[in-house]
Amino acid sequence: MPSEKTAPPASPATASAGPVQTQSAKKGRGGWWFLLLVIVLYILVWMFNAGFVAASLEHFQRLVVSIAPVLALVFVILWLLNLSQGMQNRLAKLADTRSGLKGWLLAVIGGILSHGPIYAWYPLLQKLENQGARPALLAAFLYARSIKIPFLPLMVHYFGITYTVIVTLYIAVFSVLHGWLVEKIMQDTLPGRQ
Amino acid sequence: MKRLNTATRKTLKSLWQLLPVLAGVLLLAGMVVEIIPLLVRQGILGHGLWQDTILANIIGSVSTGQPIVSYVLAGELQTAGIGLLPVTVFIISWVTVGVISLPAEAVTLGWRFALSRNLIAFIMALLIGWLTVVTLNAF
Repeated sequence: MPSEKTAPPASPATASAGPVQTQSAKKGRGGWWFLLLVIVLYILVWMFNAGFVAASLEHFQRLVVSIAPVLALVFVILWLLNLSQGMQNRLAKLADTRSGLKGWLLAVIGGILSHGPIYAWYPLLQKLENQGARPALLAAFLYARSIKIPFLPLMVHYFGITYTVIVTLYIAVFSVLHGWLVEKIMQDTLPGRQ
Repeated sequence: MKRLNTATRKTLKSLWQLLPVLAGVLLLAGMVVEIIPLLVRQGILGHGLWQDTILANIIGSVSTGQPIVSYVLAGELQTAGIGLLPVTVFIISWVTVGVISLPAEAVTLGWRFALSRNLIAFIMALLIGWLTVVTLNAF
């Protein structure tokens, strides 16, 4: 899965599918460059402090062993979500014109189920906005996107199930408040806008 | 069957893209665990709960990458002795505030929308972090 918070596209032209794909291909290589940079950093540090690097590598080994089973679970969930891609798209589209409780629910659930790079969603959200979607629902959708179901097992691994449930519930609930506040600011600053 | 193949292909592609990032982050996390006690000793971290929390919020807001990366880093920060509040705020701002993606958001949805959304998300990260710790302590 490509990164969620990514560098912005070079121009507004990303609203089309082509540049998004190009950026995605570049990001695919970006991960390997990142790994190479970290390895270079290790080599540089090793030249000055070999003991520090040895201790860091020991910790790295322990980390890999401890999170490997969790990562397997992460990818099973990711695979299941990829299977339900059509449902996610329908939810995202439904969240545009509906108002009331149903609109909020669809925005939040659509946000939670959506995945992939954030900038890939901007063109769709822009289209929905042009069709009259409430800024509140767009903001709630974007906020709820921060709940990543496939990655929750790793959060449980580090912080426990109670912590994970509490954080996830708060983010889901606050996505509605967040959307409402954003819309309030938009209305206050742009009186003509509904 | 076609849908199954597409989902499998997509997931394997995700794995391929995530693998080097995750390996790099785990290598960095190995260093972080060694560095944090040094930073605390040198006075860069450990100035107090709320100062660490604000710093964590800023770092989370300008950071970029998969949420999974923030979980690993936050988990290791906590292991190294950083408090649960800054760690939680770091995780939340990482996923909810997008300083790096702000220009792209502004171009498509408008500067007013993008700025107010990110500013509110920045403040909410503090609020949710605090509420999480308070709720957790109540259990």
